[in-house]
Order: sequence, then structure tokens, then C-alpha cells
Amino acid sequence: MKLSKVVEDIKPSGIRKFFDIVSEMKDAISLGVGEPDFDTPWHIRDEGIFALEKGKTFYTSNAGLKDLRSEISNYLMRSQKVHYEPMSEILVTVGGSEAIDIGLRAVINAGDEVIIPQPSYVSYEPCAILAGAKPVIIDLKAENEFRLTPQELENAITDKTKVLILPYPNNPTGAIMEQSDLEAIAKIIIEKDILVMSDEIYAELTYKGKHVSITSIEGMKERTILINGFSKAYAMTGWRLGYACGPCEIIKQMTKIHQFAIMCAPTTSQYAAVEALKNGDKDVAEMRQAYNQRRRFLLSRFKEMGLECFEPYGAFYVFPCIKEFGLTSEEFATKFLHEEKVAVVPGTAFGDSGEGFLRISYAYSMENLKIAIGRLENFIKKLRGLDK
Amino acid sequence: MREELLSIIEKNSKIDLKELASMLGQSEIDVANEIYTLEKDGIIGGYHTLINWEKTNIEKVTALIEVKVTPQRGQGFDKIAERIYNYPEVKAVYLISGGYDLLVTIEEKSLKEISNFVTDKLSTLDRVLSTATHFVLKKYKDHGTIMNKANNEEEREIITP
Repeated sequence: MKLSKVVEDIKPSGIRKFFDIVSEMKDAISLGVGEPDFDTPWHIRDEGIFALEKGKTFYTSNAGLKDLRSEISNYLMRSQKVHYEPMSEILVTVGGSEAIDIGLRAVINAGDEVIIPQPSYVSYEPCAILAGAKPVIIDLKAENEFRLTPQELENAITDKTKVLILPYPNNPTGAIMEQSDLEAIAKIIIEKDILVMSDEIYAELTYKGKHVSITSIEGMKERTILINGFSKAYAMTGWRLGYACGPCEIIKQMTKIHQFAIMCAPTTSQYAAVEALKNGDKDVAEMRQAYNQRRRFLLSRFKEMGLECFEPYGAFYVFPCIKEFGLTSEEFATKFLHEEKVAVVPGTAFGDSGEGFLRISYAYSMENLKIAIGRLENFIKKLRGLDK
Repeated sequence: MREELLSIIEKNSKIDLKELASMLGQSEIDVANEIYTLEKDGIIGGYHTLINWEKTNIEKVTALIEVKVTPQRGQGFDKIAERIYNYPEVKAVYLISGGYDLLVTIEEKSLKEISNFVTDKLSTLDRVLSTATHFVLKKYKDHGTIMNKANNEEEREIITP
């Protein structure tokens, strides 16, 4: 059967490939997930249940409940001092992932280039290709703590460049971009007149100061599609709820695609999300503190075992370097899985520049982390022993 | 670090110093000193274990007793509270706003022992006006812990993006 050439040519997710190996192993413990281990806070779930009980089971308006868009606007004002007009500059989507997809589709014309810094989340490249763009990859460097430097950006920009994807705080590296980093690249972005898609889904999980959105930098709001959502901050992955904010002309086109492809985001989730934004700050703070404790614990254990790792200040991942062992990321992860029964994700699942690194998630209980890291230490000792 | 330290050991007092220090991003000496200070100042009052007695075959009966008392001139409720909390079988005594004055939690091996305590000891105290005893039938949640939580199997996929 002849199927879409464009779709057939897209490589399947590297994560999926590794997942297939892991799922055959019964007693493996995992450090491989990209979602919180917390349950959604009860008051948020309760609001979802209440919405169902009241029979709020109909479509909402395409762009999302008015109340929810107002709360999103309030949230961005109190966290970033940036104003978005609820009725024209905010679109509620099915997870941040939908926002990435339709955001790119709304701005791309055939032949446009999309700059994607990697290692990064697995769906930017395929979404760019599906939108008809040519992905241009920037291989981020460990010595820059996987931040995007002005030089790297400048080198990647051509006269076909349309959008820069800015994935910070970053999955899988845990890297963040601070105010000064953002100011440095903003200058180039404005000068070269390109758009930014800023995926800030991990914004609330920042452990060094507060997250700074690029939209808060002079001249950037009008050229940025800001993407965020409820999955990571409020432990709501299964509710499938995210949002995009941007200039009204872009949001208008995105809403058109959303309207025809999706209709509206899940109604129950939208009601629950209103509660999350109104009364969820305390939960976010508690979860952030727990993640931060685990982050510090892992880094101190890596130091003890002499495993090289830069200090990541965001998301819930650490990205240690395993180059000293002379194995590829995939070889290391596969061997580690077979010998110690611990699943971690090879850095290469997030782009070629992830070679030599592993993504270790700390969205696990301390008990689980302690056991898994003990096994990692054991494994490394064995590998080092073989060298001698 | 005080608040963060306290919130960690409130949930897990068994945590070892090294792990605690790494989670807080502090040196072990600093954390040990802080714990010493907290203990000395009575901010850390003790290290207890939460036991679900229902799962053992050891009999335990818990009762909550509402007590109305006459406060004492110059002493308020403190004197009478002390008379009550000095009994070792009394697990907790709170001064409560509202319809009664003291809420007393008592744990004993049998109903009979509790009723003996109430009739012989508590009710006969001079300043106690009345008592109302409520026996606990089932503990669903205690000290922030759900007592009969189903074993939480990992429901997440092993690897997700």
C-alpha cells in the first residue's frame, strides 16, 4: 500500500525503541519516565469529579473555557509580569504537544527552516517536518551546560529561518536559560526577525531562582509562541491539557487548526485546571521541593562515584556523561538494563548530540532512587574494573 | 534549611544523616548541629513509629473523650490538663475551642480499661464537670498516613518521553 512518503520517512521515536526492550524485562526498575510520580493533588481531581457530577460534559468553546483562559492570563501576569489577552491571545490545547504541532503548522510555509536545539524533546523535529519545514539542528554542548549560545544560534540562522524552538527548562538535559542567556539570544532573534516557539512546560520546576520566560524580555512577546501546560507543574499528564499564548494573529490561525482537528480540549480537564491555577501554588511548591531534594541527592551520589555530570537546574532529569566507559549511550543503557535491571534512556533518543549521555529521571520516590543509584554505582565499578 | 529539614524528618525520622545532608545540599556537620539544636530546644519532641495495630493480633482500643472542666483562677486550664496528661495511658490532650474544653485521646487494651479510666479517674477529678467518650471504630488515616492503602503498583509506563 502506498502511504504518505513524508510520514514514512520520519524515524520512530528513539524512546519507543528502547521501551520495547525494557517492557520484555519483568523485574526491571525504571528511571526512564518523563512524567511526575505524584498523583494530581486531590482538590484538583475533586474539581474534575465535581464538573462531571454537575453534568459539565459538553464541548467548551474552541479556544477553551473563558475562566480558564483568564486564570492562565493571571498566572502569566503573576509569574512573568507579561500580559496576554484571555480572549484573543490564549488557546487551550490537548497537552503542550498539540500546541507544538499546530503552532508550527500555523506559521510554516514550504521550505521554511525551523531551528531545533538538541538534545531536546522528541516531537519538535517530526512536527516541523510534518508542517513542511526543514529542521535545522543545533548540537548543544555539555561545556555550555546545554544552554543555547548566541554564537550557535547565529551560525544556524539563514535567510530561510522562520522559527527557533527554545526548549527550556530542558528535557532531557535539565538545562535552563537564565535572564542574561535569554537577553543575549533575544538580540539576535530580533535583529534577524525570526519567531520563537518557547516550550516552557517545565517552567515551574526550576531550582535556581525563578524561571524567566523569553516573553518577558523587551521585544520578544510579539514574536513568541509560548507553550505551557498542566502536566509537569501539577502532575496532570493524563488530563492532556496545555496552552499556547502568542500574538493574536498566530493564535487565530492556530485556533482554526485546533477547531477542525480537535474541537476543544477535554472539558473535565479544563474545569480541574481552573482549580489548579487558582489554588495549586502550594502543591507546586511542595512538589518542587521534593524534586529538588532528589536532584541534590543524585548529584551528590554521582560526585561520590566520580560520574561526570553538570548541575542541571530544571525539569526532573539529570544528564550524566558516560564517555569515559567507551560505550555508546545505547550500549551502556542496554548493558545496564541487562546486568542491573535498571532502565535509563540513552541520550541519543533526544538527538545525536545526546551521544555519550544518559537521561536519568528523578520523578521517582527516594527509596526507588536509592536502589537504582546503588545499582548504577555497582555497574560503573564493574566497568572500571574491566578497564584495568 | 530548618523548615525543609523538619518537613523531611517529620515524614521519615529514620533517614540517615548522609542522605539527609545530600537532599538538603548541606554538609553533614551542619545538619547534625541543626538537629542537635532542634532536639535541645524541644522543637523535635521525639521520634515515634506509626503502627497500624489493627493489622496485629494485639488488642488496642482508642477513645476520644470530650471533657468539660472548670478553669482555675490564675492557672486557667493548665493545671487540670496536667492532672490528666500525667496518666501514661493518655496519648494526647488538646485544649479545644467550642462546645467543650479538653479533647483527651486514650489508648488501652480493652473497652473495660477505658471505661474504668473514665469513671474512676477522669470523672472524679474535682474540676471535671462532664465527659463524653467516643470509641474509635476504624482508623482510616493517622498522622497524615492512609492506614490501609492498597499496594500502589507503578501505573506509569516504564519509559515515557
